[in-house]
Amino acid sequence: MLGRLSLSAIPLDVPILVGTFIGVVIVGVAVLGLITYYGKWGYLWKEWFTSVDHKRLAVMYIILALVALFRGFADAIMMRTQLALAYAGNPGYLPPHHYDQIFSAHGTIMIFFLAMAFMTGLFNFIVPLQIGARDVAFPFLNNLSFWMTAVAFILVNVSLFIGEFSQCGWLAYPPLSENQFSPGVGVDYYIWAVQISGVGTLLTGVNFFVTIVKMRAPGMTWMKMPVFTWTAFCASILIMVAFPVLTVAVGLLGMDRYFGMHFFTNDGGGNQMMYLNLIWAWGHPEVYILVIPAFGVFSEVVPAFSGKPLFGYSTMVYATCSIMVLSFLVWVHHFFTMGAGPDVNAFFGIATMIISIPTGVKLFNWLFTMYKGRIQFHACMYWAVGFMITFTIGGMTGVMLAIPGADFVLHNSLFLIAHFHNTIIGGVYFGYICGMNFWFPKVMGFKLDETWGKRAFWFWFVGFYCAFVPLYIVGFEGMTRRLNHYDNPAWHPWLLVAEVGAVLVMLGIACQLTQLYVSIRDRNLPQNRDVTGDPWNGRTLEWSTSSPPPVYNFAIVPHVHELDTFMHDKENGIDTRQAGAQYEAIHMPKNTSLGLACAVFALIFGFAAVWYIWWLAAVGLVGVIGTVIARSADKDIDYYIPAEEVARIENEHTRKLMAQAAE
Amino acid sequence: MAQNTTVQTAGHDEHHHESPVVFGFWVYLMTDCIIFGTLFAAFAVLHNQFNGGPTGHELFEFGGLGLETALLLVSSITYGFGMIAAHKSQVSKVILWLGLTFLLGLGFVGLELREFAHMIAEGAGPDRSAFLSAFFTLVSTHGLHVTCGLIWIVTLIVQLMGTTEIPERMMNKLTCLSLFWHFLDIVWICVFTYVYLASMI
Amino acid sequence: MKNKLLARVARLGGLSSALLLAGCELDVLDPKGPVGEGVKTLIATSTVAMLIVVIPTILLTLLFAWQYRQSNTSAEYLPKWCHSNKIEVTIWGVPSLIILFLAVITYQTCHSLDPYKPLEAEANTKPLHVEVVALDWKWLFIYPEQGIATVNQLAIPVNTPIDFNITSDSVMNSFFIPRLGSMIYAMAGMQTQLHLLASEPGDYLGESANYSGRGFSDMKFHTLAVSGDEFNAWVEKVKSSSEQLDSQTYPKLAAPSEANPVEYFAHVEPGMFNTIVAKYNNGMVMDKSTGKMIQVQQSAMSDMNMKE
Repeated sequence: MLGRLSLSAIPLDVPILVGTFIGVVIVGVAVLGLITYYGKWGYLWKEWFTSVDHKRLAVMYIILALVALFRGFADAIMMRTQLALAYAGNPGYLPPHHYDQIFSAHGTIMIFFLAMAFMTGLFNFIVPLQIGARDVAFPFLNNLSFWMTAVAFILVNVSLFIGEFSQCGWLAYPPLSENQFSPGVGVDYYIWAVQISGVGTLLTGVNFFVTIVKMRAPGMTWMKMPVFTWTAFCASILIMVAFPVLTVAVGLLGMDRYFGMHFFTNDGGGNQMMYLNLIWAWGHPEVYILVIPAFGVFSEVVPAFSGKPLFGYSTMVYATCSIMVLSFLVWVHHFFTMGAGPDVNAFFGIATMIISIPTGVKLFNWLFTMYKGRIQFHACMYWAVGFMITFTIGGMTGVMLAIPGADFVLHNSLFLIAHFHNTIIGGVYFGYICGMNFWFPKVMGFKLDETWGKRAFWFWFVGFYCAFVPLYIVGFEGMTRRLNHYDNPAWHPWLLVAEVGAVLVMLGIACQLTQLYVSIRDRNLPQNRDVTGDPWNGRTLEWSTSSPPPVYNFAIVPHVHELDTFMHDKENGIDTRQAGAQYEAIHMPKNTSLGLACAVFALIFGFAAVWYIWWLAAVGLVGVIGTVIARSADKDIDYYIPAEEVARIENEHTRKLMAQAAE
Repeated sequence: MAQNTTVQTAGHDEHHHESPVVFGFWVYLMTDCIIFGTLFAAFAVLHNQFNGGPTGHELFEFGGLGLETALLLVSSITYGFGMIAAHKSQVSKVILWLGLTFLLGLGFVGLELREFAHMIAEGAGPDRSAFLSAFFTLVSTHGLHVTCGLIWIVTLIVQLMGTTEIPERMMNKLTCLSLFWHFLDIVWICVFTYVYLASMI
Repeated sequence: MKNKLLARVARLGGLSSALLLAGCELDVLDPKGPVGEGVKTLIATSTVAMLIVVIPTILLTLLFAWQYRQSNTSAEYLPKWCHSNKIEVTIWGVPSLIILFLAVITYQTCHSLDPYKPLEAEANTKPLHVEVVALDWKWLFIYPEQGIATVNQLAIPVNTPIDFNITSDSVMNSFFIPRLGSMIYAMAGMQTQLHLLASEPGDYLGESANYSGRGFSDMKFHTLAVSGDEFNAWVEKVKSSSEQLDSQTYPKLAAPSEANPVEYFAHVEPGMFNTIVAKYNNGMVMDKSTGKMIQVQQSAMSDMNMKE
């Protein structure tokens, strides 16, 4: 009846987990209680959970990403603390069984649920506004994508309290992840979380690709498209090409585990290196999926705060596209040490290095955007400059790792760990947080507090170097990744320094939370409100509408004349909004609960499949198919906003603009 | 091209963007194509790993296979007639052609299941060797797609029943399913050639 | 109050001096063999080449950020300037040249540091063959020429090239002695090769550089690089052990164990390594010297498969 699920699956003997569970329950009850107390369930359901509005979904994505950040960071600081303690005979406080789950969960959560969710959140908010569209091409699928990602994250967290998570690292290399060596449910949790969130991501990729191809405002030719949209476009293509490969790689691993097949097993003719090839054929493009949009953020932020257009727009576009293409030609650099032969290694090593050329060009483009500008040191600019310095170093260590000869001693060492955190924190995370500071007033109608933003930056920046420079050094001292304990006295002091770095980062996160709190508290102060919708003297279309934008984004679809069209309009006295024109009724998609329902059935299916509860899995599967059919049969999917309502909203905004101008 | 579309639609009618559904579905099919491509690659890597078990040459029989292929190819033609009827808004004919397509597809899936059952009974199941794992996974992924297509056909038949005309949204659905169905045909031709014929020769 | 602060500063000072001391022992950059030396030179050369562009980039970033700050109204402001062919050519050109240089040394070192390539020293000195098997969670070293085997201890004569043949009888691991240079994966059913040489005597850490499960952290071994005489004495010591390694005793050894102590086997069944590889290939194994596939006796394999 319950497959292999029994009471013994609940880890009551692990005090850390019991404590966490109690904490989660208390916080959960408090949040749910508060929602009930204020009677907000109906509002949340109607306005948020069932919403197909890209702006609402964006906010939910970013909240999901921040929750994932807490979970992923809790894992990180636990690992650092373990390694600061577990030296010379001291076993530390995390036995391998627990520790191995933590590093596996840390990687999985940070990539799939922090970075991907944050990125999708930014796409959702910015891309339709930047191209002058009213929504994405497929609003319902957008809602479905969000919920698929969210339930996959829930599935990962269920594994904390029911059973266990994978102990095979974030990529679950076979044969370790095969039934023979990992008979528990951990890898199955991993498989289903990745597959379910993969569905969401793939649909997002298709959705934004179609949105950008088909729904750009009239006049916006490819070379008049804002750089962030370009990067979202390239990332969408990468998603569409890379994620199916992930689905197959993890799916075949599932075939081995569920049906006793022999794709990657030691015996039966299986080929474990095929998994490495497949997973990295996804994995390397994946890091570019994450970092290219971060480049896009900087390409918007640096010009805005330097008071200049982006230096070398077309170079930037070509560089982005060439990075996109090259990212598919480098995957073998993740396993030079398998013994593929010098020519193969040289090819992939050199291909990897070539990527650093367009990447370097991007850095110089931002540099020369600052050159002869008037740089306003807003918190966004701190993250941008911090990124430029940090990412340069990360790029350099990346090229070192790309040289097969050097990789033969640095592979899988903490040097590698330091390198990819250098690019993912210094590139991706700094970029997304920069973007969040930049576009927050557009999303919410008020600015984020700058003082706390800058404090957060300094803690993150210093904390990052403090946490990861020691890892570069112990990497040179021969320390490999994923060690649970060690007895080399040379490593210990460095790992203590890294622990201090982790604490500084924790303070950085605390500052970010305070920043959110302070900003929401002071949202009505006149200096914080964004009345005009254009707080930074922006250059692109998203700043031409109000903050937060009306549900339809643009009452009249803007006409694009130039690159940086909003700046062009402002300089030439053109009213991008065409305020006071003849408004017409606007066709909009209706909210629906089917996306959420479908995802909940997917969650049930995933959970049941993990525990071999086949009847429940059948229920989940039928539910998923049923909701899709129900959606197909649903006739009530759209509505019109009457012209009078549009006029009322627009005139209100015009009135506010006039009042602001009069002051 | 994309540019023209946006300009035109916005220029003529601000509320009715040309629906991106068909284009979007086609893009989605391309990602599905990558799934099949990857499975083909896995098959290519493992096609000689018999682990002492039976080879394709020993297992595959041309008879049933030829019939399977014929059923699927004919079903593509019947679907094509269905689309012609749909463009003429002849709802009952559309239902008829879709029904025929469904039966042909069902026949295909039935024959495939029979072939699988036969192989498993002979001890040549997917757990026998890496070659058979790759074979079963690739072929049954295609079969699973056909099954989804069958569910889709039934859904559309039910939705068409009792209606007299085909609105734009229904036309989009029929067009998407048409793309899907022909796509599966193309994949099957690759499976047939690369998996079956290549092993039998 | 002040004293406390001073004490803290002193403690911090102690820590930093400890760090400095530790900093002098970068194993990978202080190699004890020619392979490691080659890698070290490669790392140094490539780093210097990249610093040519990295240091100016960082300095320019800081300089521009400072020079063109909003409050510095004396700096030139060109609000429309966004294109310059000269700059474009430079920012594409200089990195391309550096990458071209790096590509050349990458290609060269891929061949010169290829782990499969015999070392130059093999021209004069007969190499020592060692067969390495990664087990859950320990390393088995078979010396086919000496007919002995050890667990978690690898003794090698200095200035003698060592030819490693590496496989796994469990999950994937990576065979790595940081002080000597390159690593290579150990994979079941497959053989990889590695050529190393220790030019100085010493006790070097050996480890697995690829996570392999619960006992991974203790999957370490000592590499004893000793003189030729000492090596011979060590072989005799191993031969005086009462343990034997054959298809009967192997399953017990191969069963998972954590923090396995050093073990000596005075005698090892010939062809043991091939049998372990062949287990996963229907009894076939590639003979290293001829490159041909050969069949291993079935009886030996069936014994080996009976774990526990």
